[in-house]
Amino acid sequence: MANNTTHTTEYRVLGRVLLILMFLTFLTISVTSYHLAAFSVTVALLIAGTKGFLVLTYFMHLKYESVLLRTLVAMIFVLYAVIILITFIDYAYR
Amino acid sequence: MHRDDEASKLGMWLFIFTELLLFGGLFLVYSVFRAQYPLNFHQGSLELSVTIGAINTIALLFSSMTIAMALTAVQKNNRKLALALIGVTLLMASVFLFNKYIEWGVKFEHRLYPGSPLMPLLDRGHLLYFSLYFFMTGLHALHIIVGMVLLIICFFKVKSGSIHSQKYVHLENGALYWHLVDLIWIFLFPLMYLIT
Repeated sequence: MANNTTHTTEYRVLGRVLLILMFLTFLTISVTSYHLAAFSVTVALLIAGTKGFLVLTYFMHLKYESVLLRTLVAMIFVLYAVIILITFIDYAYR
Repeated sequence: MHRDDEASKLGMWLFIFTELLLFGGLFLVYSVFRAQYPLNFHQGSLELSVTIGAINTIALLFSSMTIAMALTAVQKNNRKLALALIGVTLLMASVFLFNKYIEWGVKFEHRLYPGSPLMPLLDRGHLLYFSLYFFMTGLHALHIIVGMVLLIICFFKVKSGSIHSQKYVHLENGALYWHLVDLIWIFLFPLMYLIT
């Protein structure tokens, strides 16, 4: 059976992840009332990135997936970061 | 019959990658124009309701947890609980869509919608903000609808017993799609509603 490597995530683990996600949502909203100027985008993206990481790791079970799959997912985000970087370098030197 | 769950899941992930890059392209356009028109983007975001956005964020996060729990329930052979959890997920999805309907409705009343006579009269940055807002949240809402259809199919498959504790890759892939929708919203919410 191809099923023998699967992992069951316990309800309480999922519940705890939700609590952290809710807290981070509250945090990202309350941070906007402080005027952090240039840092506000960075803070918003850091919080969103953390939330995304939690969803990918626990809800999408990447923690228990093969190295191949985890590497592929990581590469997609690296690829996207490179695309963003190249685009902004392009715009900065026009 | 030969079955390869690992391959099914890998296929789903490859599809998710194309989805991530589709929305990634839109986020790229967004970030370039936001860098060019920071003030217009800030003013545009003030016209959105943070409360509705926050409720929708909570609804999607909660639904993401319930669908993950539904998979756990199927793996533990608890069919009734799995059905209830998929039901809650669908309910949260409906809450999300209802709020989107209210939000868009208010914008339409203010004659703000793609192709409206008012839109070309806006500042360039303002116009870009609202065009991106409608396109990105619209495409996301379309994904919500597709996700709901997939989960309804999973619901009936669990009910009929064709998804069970030894064979659940369909539910797993349906759930992955639903988490993707949640993942995109995690970035859409701060970038559309919370611009300072």
